[in-house]
Amino acid sequence: MNQFDLARNVLWEPTGLEPRGIDNALGSMLTAGVDYADLYFQSSKHEGWSLDEGTVKSGSFSIDQGVGVRAVSGEKTGFAYSDELLQPALLEAAKAAKTIAQSGADAATKMPSAKNVPTVPSLYAPADPLSAMQDAKKVALLKRVESIARSADPRVIQVSVSLAAVQDTIIVARSDGYLGGDVRPLVRMNVSVIVEQSGRREQASAGGGGRYDYSYFLEEDRAEGFAREAVRQALVNLEAQDAPAGEMTVVLGSGWPGILLHEAIGHGLEGDFNRKGTSAFSGRIGEKVASSVCTVVDDGTIANRRGSLTIDDEGEVSKNTVLIENGILKGYMQDQLNARLMKMNPTGNGRRESYAHLPMPRMTNTYMLSGEHSPEEIIQSVDKGIYAVNFGGGQVDITSGKFVFTTSEAYLIEGGKVTAPVKGATLIGDGPEVLTRVSMLGNDMALDSGVGVCGKDGQSVPVGVGQPTMRIDGLTVGGAAV
Amino acid sequence: MDSKSETSETVGTAVASYDDERALLARLADGCIDQATESGASAVEVALGQGQGMSINVRNGEVETVEYNRDKSLSLTVYFGHHSGSASTTDFSEEAVSQVVSSACNIAKFTEEDPYNGLADADLMATDIPDLDLHHPWEIEMDQAVDLARRAEESALKADSRISNTEGGGFSSHSGTDLYANSHGFRGFSNGTRHGYSCSVLASDSNGMQRDYWYDSSRNASQLESPESVGKTAARRTVRRLGARKIETASHPVIFETGVSASLISHMISAISGSSLYRKASFLLDQKGEALFPDWVQIHERPLQRGAPSSSAFDAEGVATRDSDIVLEGTLARYILSSYSARKLGTRTTANAGGVRNLAVESNVTGGLQELMSLMGRGVLVTELIGFGVNTVTGDYSRGAFGFWVENGEIQYPVHEFTIAGNLINMYADFVGVADDFHPNRSSQVGSILIDKMAIACS
Repeated sequence: MNQFDLARNVLWEPTGLEPRGIDNALGSMLTAGVDYADLYFQSSKHEGWSLDEGTVKSGSFSIDQGVGVRAVSGEKTGFAYSDELLQPALLEAAKAAKTIAQSGADAATKMPSAKNVPTVPSLYAPADPLSAMQDAKKVALLKRVESIARSADPRVIQVSVSLAAVQDTIIVARSDGYLGGDVRPLVRMNVSVIVEQSGRREQASAGGGGRYDYSYFLEEDRAEGFAREAVRQALVNLEAQDAPAGEMTVVLGSGWPGILLHEAIGHGLEGDFNRKGTSAFSGRIGEKVASSVCTVVDDGTIANRRGSLTIDDEGEVSKNTVLIENGILKGYMQDQLNARLMKMNPTGNGRRESYAHLPMPRMTNTYMLSGEHSPEEIIQSVDKGIYAVNFGGGQVDITSGKFVFTTSEAYLIEGGKVTAPVKGATLIGDGPEVLTRVSMLGNDMALDSGVGVCGKDGQSVPVGVGQPTMRIDGLTVGGAAV
Repeated sequence: MDSKSETSETVGTAVASYDDERALLARLADGCIDQATESGASAVEVALGQGQGMSINVRNGEVETVEYNRDKSLSLTVYFGHHSGSASTTDFSEEAVSQVVSSACNIAKFTEEDPYNGLADADLMATDIPDLDLHHPWEIEMDQAVDLARRAEESALKADSRISNTEGGGFSSHSGTDLYANSHGFRGFSNGTRHGYSCSVLASDSNGMQRDYWYDSSRNASQLESPESVGKTAARRTVRRLGARKIETASHPVIFETGVSASLISHMISAISGSSLYRKASFLLDQKGEALFPDWVQIHERPLQRGAPSSSAFDAEGVATRDSDIVLEGTLARYILSSYSARKLGTRTTANAGGVRNLAVESNVTGGLQELMSLMGRGVLVTELIGFGVNTVTGDYSRGAFGFWVENGEIQYPVHEFTIAGNLINMYADFVGVADDFHPNRSSQVGSILIDKMAIACS
């Protein structure tokens, strides 16, 4: 059974919805002025288990389902949704969504003819991660991870472990006749610890996941690895001194520090901001925006990754889109609406938090390709600077291009050697400028462990990032030591 | 729900009677409590909400998006002795609700015993639930709503020739009914509305583009600033950012403008919240009764304030709320506790399940921001913060900022691409002044705050 058939069994069968009813709803919207409409059916099951202070004290389950109905007229969008997967609710939402076009110009209308698209090979197994492991085993896993963290070092005073899974089932039906579905599993584990020494306390966390079921955490000692990694980072921070303040050379580690790319250039290359001319990158395709060693892609096609999608939330097949090639800005990330208005091709980046939210251009897995240096060579090249290997969150102002991201594990580099750890500091830079200062890239490109959540206009979606070790000749470090 | 099957083009809630809505929520809550009790649960609590509204964005004078929202939610926690399980759904059908109850009961079979689990004590439940003036439906046609959003944007576009682009003007109006019920027999309803305008525009000069925004929101549409005023403020805030420069890395006094200043207080609230304290994940452990601020600082919580954004007569566990002090004469007067965290810490809940409601910091400087800048003389005025560089375990603070360089009490020029850093313990002790310029419609009434010294990093 392909993804669409599976999705239809979950979303349409129980309530007796059928393609003809879907056609009616789409057809009812294609009145004068509406030139595109779509329906997004979704059923999302979520569970979470958490261990705190030695006890698996809470567990939760939720089910959220509904249909989002969108009518588009030129640059105008009307949107309504219903949490009932029933024909009357669908028609009612369609009626609300199309009010947008009542004052619009006449456009050719066409009746949809629902037909299945060619089957796309799925990037993940459609297994239900919630039921793939018995509840008692989930509890046992949390307790085992906790005991590993506690026994790793006597200075560990608190351990919290959480385990979460989502099974997301969707169908997209569009007025151009497209019909497609997807079944998307996603699991996540997080370990957070607090350590104490001589009255000083520090915290750290580690985790990961992807489009798997929970057995992913049992393989290759991953769960145990998260526990040990969280303790290691927290102990490093017990020794940290205030970070220096001011502009200096910064070496970023491989993997999760790729959050730099997500903030500094990723958001600024989303189609909506560029169509409206509100991004610092607007109108700059073909220009040099990075040093020539930099090639950056957004790739939704990597099997089982947290940011990957077999099809996006508008039915577009995921792609590997080159954003920057050898320093030159090549392209934007697009959804249907912005691609059409900019006369570009959709890139499989149309995503939405749920049926109750409108799709927009969003990143999938954004990363920079490897360079030619060994990481050791890069560290040795720096006389004085910062080596930052782990980060908390980041944020960007896409109009001015200013972005920040905050270290959670960083060290001084002195005379080509990594020396003392420094406390969390925010790094601030200018998106269109920062990659022009990249002077060396490692041969060690890595993707993050599967932890990223991206927020935009109040909507959260899972994403991935990655990069090789990277030397930046000048970035402002916001330490407390002036 | 049948009574609400017509999605009207009128915002507000003319369609459904509140009595019907309340009856539906009460029936669902009773059903959940009964089913869970029959399944052997010793205690049950359920929170339900139902809301509807409309959001409109107008860009360059044309409608860009019209979104109709209709949201429902039901979330349930069951206790089997000291074992708990939770489940939630957006589907109010009998079958879905029944499945949610059994899911929660099933989870409780696998969670471990936690002696602090359970409902808040029955004698703490709110018995008197006053009308706090939170519900002011606004029956407005879509065309009128579009026009209001258009007026906000238009006044921003006309305000200054350097305004070069727009993200548009916004209108939103929402109303909702919530019920919290538990097996003590407590039933607490609340009806509320929220309406607002927003506007975001860009300005540009030879140095590049800047963007800023403004908004106002209120439970009562008659208390809103005019759309024109929102648009003009958005334009003024955007244009003033043009021509930003950098400054030298150094230590300086810093003013957090009202709007960003409330974040300083929210970091304290998070550090004195029960879950941070019992996990020792706080830089303010054991600080109750200690002087955190200079002795003129007073911070209050006002959950019973009429018409305010976060008012409620009971917290998320049904416990009666009351107006009270959090910081008195600079000293931490209490923690922020739910019944769970209170039991863990061996004390009584402070009726803060679900968070704090309507914070207010008393000002000691009259004359607004201008007077606070005179007091500072020379330093940095921060008007926007970005990033998440606040560590609640250690109090270490390092965030990206945008703002202005101030000399002789006057703004000299905008500054960008800098960070401010310090430790919150020192920052609180270094409060020099709080101005009286807070916005009355915000849920935290915190004016601009002057801090004696922070590390500024810039390239």
